[in-house]
Amino acid sequence: MGTYRQEQALHALGDPTRREIFERLTDGPLAVGELAQELPVSRPAVSQHLKVLKDAGLVFDRASGTRRVYQVDPAAVAALREYFDSFWGQALASFRAAAEEQQQEGT
Amino acid sequence: MTTDTAVRHAITVAVSPEQAFSTFTAGFNSWWPRGHHIGEAELDAAVIEPREGGRWYERGVDGSECDWGKVLVWAPPRRLVLSWQLSSEWAYDADVWTEVEVTFSAEGPDRTRVELEHRGLDAYGDDMGKMRDSFDSPGGWRGLLEQYGAATVSG
Repeated sequence: MGTYRQEQALHALGDPTRREIFERLTDGPLAVGELAQELPVSRPAVSQHLKVLKDAGLVFDRASGTRRVYQVDPAAVAALREYFDSFWGQALASFRAAAEEQQQEGT
Repeated sequence: MTTDTAVRHAITVAVSPEQAFSTFTAGFNSWWPRGHHIGEAELDAAVIEPREGGRWYERGVDGSECDWGKVLVWAPPRRLVLSWQLSSEWAYDADVWTEVEVTFSAEGPDRTRVELEHRGLDAYGDDMGKMRDSFDSPGGWRGLLEQYGAATVSG
């Protein structure tokens, strides 16, 4: 999973309404109309937010009978977590080097 | 389904807990990756203030300061808890609440186990733990830990 995609995913979730939509979708697939009913935003606005989430790879859509429903892509959610994971991995490796160097300077 | 929304790392460093805690906090600026800053200016210094309630912030070369969070627990040389209040757009947001807990345990003379947990990541989208199992792959966090372990032994 590329870093660029993760940055894009983080950016997509930066908007409170998109975060709200994303969180609702983690409970299960929903159609645009259902989301618009539950949120204080218009149906076209919901569609627009879903497009951003979809472009970021966080959700995907599929046909369900006569409806089109959106659902969370679990792999993308994992990627977000992986982002923080690799971030701290790098930081701690750097920390260890500094701690051991500073110990030597002190002795 | 698990509800785990944290990432964890553990490493062993060849120093005392006192040194490890000191480097992590007072020496924070000496090891923090330089590319990781949120202000527009280049990073001049990243700072953890040494007291409970202290600020965790960065200062840019232009003198501007950006908060990252606060010191929640200051218990040298054993434990440090910080709030990480950065939105997913990498800006300080008082409404965002995630926590970073770091513990320092002596394993022998000049040998300290450092465990870090960054929790509450559901602030970035509910239910991040859904795919936790996928991280047990060699490229996931367990794999990374093994790499660090190997580097510690050889170093």
